[in-house]
Amino acid sequence: MDFNGSEPRGPREAELLPATVATAVKIVVVGGFGVGKTTLVGAVSEIRPLTTEETMTEAGVGIDDLAGVERKSSTTVAMDFGRITISDELVLYVFGTPGQERFWFLWNGLFEGALGAVVLVDTRRLEVSFDVLGRLEDRGVPFVVALNGFPESPGYPVEELRAALDLPHHVPIVHCDARSRESSRDVLMALMRYLYDLAAQPAGAAASAQPVG
Amino acid sequence: MSNQDWANANPERLYVISGGRDRKSATAGFDLVTLVVARARPEPTMQPEHAAILRICSSPLSVAEISAYLRLPNSLVTVLLADLLAERRIEVRAPVPPAALPDLSLLEAVIHGLQRL
Repeated sequence: MDFNGSEPRGPREAELLPATVATAVKIVVVGGFGVGKTTLVGAVSEIRPLTTEETMTEAGVGIDDLAGVERKSSTTVAMDFGRITISDELVLYVFGTPGQERFWFLWNGLFEGALGAVVLVDTRRLEVSFDVLGRLEDRGVPFVVALNGFPESPGYPVEELRAALDLPHHVPIVHCDARSRESSRDVLMALMRYLYDLAAQPAGAAASAQPVG
Repeated sequence: MSNQDWANANPERLYVISGGRDRKSATAGFDLVTLVVARARPEPTMQPEHAAILRICSSPLSVAEISAYLRLPNSLVTVLLADLLAERRIEVRAPVPPAALPDLSLLEAVIHGLQRL
């Protein structure tokens, strides 16, 4: 997303991290255009969301499906991100990234070391999510699915959506309003609790994750 | 300077800033959330981008934040950071190393932190 060049050239006084912060962790919010990634990141972030950009290399172009995309030697992709200071020693970064296959070249650096992912879904456009879910499963990235509530969204029962998305029973599905700080925070909490369950009892973690619905 | 400046800029500018160095070898080891803290003051004789990094990193900043504030692509910022690290002008705090499953105490800390949000 473009913030019209209004970003400052450095952090504001109130946005400075404590000098004692020693470790950063990251999670990734994946979803199609317009699904609310930027809104969710902005809702939970303690700083104004920032944008980092990357160019797709020639190599990336070669392995991508560019159907429908104008052919050129490089493509610029923006990733929005926000920050939450967890403690004097720990900071959490939340990155939003497009889910479409042609942007998967971004995922290598992004998911390396990431705790997990939130797949943000617009129930009016479920088809955008299929490739993303499959790709995350292939990469072994743990994720939760968050259904962003739009006024005109069809109110599918969660289990119907689970079947439609072909999601395993243990993957949490939560409803959210990406505009709300509390609701977006709860999505991140759902991911953290799911990760905790996975880490606490790898064999039976699946059963203890509580889908919300 | 607009957010899109570097993207619209002549590619030669990016080449000049990076000194034409190979990105891959220089950027190894930097993650988007590697934290950077300045250990030296910017000097007038420095390349402006190096000085800018030292200026904004008086408190810890992630590589992603540096990229956003300087409006330079992440891959270029890591080249500049590698220079500064080689000259010991910055300190680098690496993120938690990738693991199959994260540490429980780490997850507890994050959950606790989110609860206070």
